[in-house]
Amino acid sequence: MKVELKVNGATHAAEVETRTTLLDCIRDNLNLTGVHTGCEHGVCGACTVLIDGEPARSCLMFACQADGYEITTIEALAPAPGELGVIQDAFCEMHGMQCGYCTPAMILTAHALLKRNAAPTRDDIVDAISGNICRCTGYGQIVESIELAALRIRGTNEANTP
Amino acid sequence: MKTAPFEYSRPATLDEACALLAADPDSRLIAGGQTLVPMMAMRLARPSRLIDIQRIPELRGIREDGDVVVIGAATRQMETERSALVTSKLPLLAAAIVWVGHAPTRARGTVGGSIANADPAAEIPLVLATLGGHVVVKEGGTRRDVSMPDLVLGPMTTSVPAAGCIVEARFPVWKDKRVGVGFHEVSARKSDFAYVSAAAQVALDETGRCTRLAIGIGGATPVPTRLDSVESALEGQILTAEKVRAALVAATADIEIMRDSHASDAYRRRVAVGLGQRAIMDAAANSKGGPA
Ligand code: FES
Ligand code: FES
Repeated sequence: MKVELKVNGATHAAEVETRTTLLDCIRDNLNLTGVHTGCEHGVCGACTVLIDGEPARSCLMFACQADGYEITTIEALAPAPGELGVIQDAFCEMHGMQCGYCTPAMILTAHALLKRNAAPTRDDIVDAISGNICRCTGYGQIVESIELAALRIRGTNEANTP
Repeated sequence: MKTAPFEYSRPATLDEACALLAADPDSRLIAGGQTLVPMMAMRLARPSRLIDIQRIPELRGIREDGDVVVIGAATRQMETERSALVTSKLPLLAAAIVWVGHAPTRARGTVGGSIANADPAAEIPLVLATLGGHVVVKEGGTRRDVSMPDLVLGPMTTSVPAAGCIVEARFPVWKDKRVGVGFHEVSARKSDFAYVSAAAQVALDETGRCTRLAIGIGGATPVPTRLDSVESALEGQILTAEKVRAALVAATADIEIMRDSHASDAYRRRVAVGLGQRAIMDAAANSKGGPA
């Protein structure tokens, strides 16, 4: 069947099976491979995208259910090709990643958190990323990366530019 | 993990959804899909057709109706969590809902879906059962009120007929002056399935005497279980940890408690008493003003 998805501000048409998940559609039809495939049953969070601004698991939704929503992937967070957004930059600086598999999902989740809460406590951050598994870092540097990004965003004049 | 193929329909109205459901016994309703889709991915569920009710207007929204707050079945858990009406009128649901899955699953998962799934560890059915609320079930042209004890028959098993749809959940609001709530659970890790959970709502009079009490436990029992004998034992009393504990020990002594490789029935029974006590004492302590 044909679906029309609004991803990163642009409308994309794709031909999918009803059983094609939003995850597979974004990766295979739209070629946006920043969204990662992990467990494919809702446990790991690697497939996180933002749906109307909220983190959600793209493996738990079928592409045919996803029309009409604003879907955001990691590809939308960099200001320009080859540049990094504030949160991405903070992850690099604080060693918030090792293999990088969980990272796009962590950054999108942090982005949604910082939009809602510019000054999250450590507990707020831990709670926000609690649905995202990282098998490398032990989470410490991820939390620190988000703290650094929050500090930097608060320090700029432009509100909400993660 | 890929699901088996299926047909997909997105009816515009509840009547159409019920007609589609009645026409094919192997079809299933889907709203948030946060449990059904994993089941399909693992091929534990293999519906012939998914009937998507997520956007049906009559199944969505939170409103006050006399002494109850009505939550449409397809209302997302996150909408409930952020609802000012729920915060002010249903403090117990507000306290429990943050324990439901993780934020990303609450962004899609629905209130009706959690009730229909009837997982013993699920928080939303526990709150509804504890408050003595009910759901409205539609089948064909008829709508019925179904209380929680009549709805949830066992783990993952409800009395909703194959062609029935939960339309809304109706949560009683306590208008008492001083109402407090407590919610606790124990699981292997935050947001995992609770081994034991306890939900309590308490009303006190000016002298601090308990005028009304509701206590329910989940996770440990095959269905969310309201402990009526604790309520009758403690109403009219000043709540102390000793009295609360004694009432809970008596009430849980011979109810059916589940066991599995994670936690024995003896452990769960003991924890049910401990968490129940904490929930009730928390509720008594925070019963400053009523929920407006
Ligand atoms: S791939 Fe979606 S949660 Fe793991
Ligand atoms: S950096 Fe490897 S999984 Fe998180």
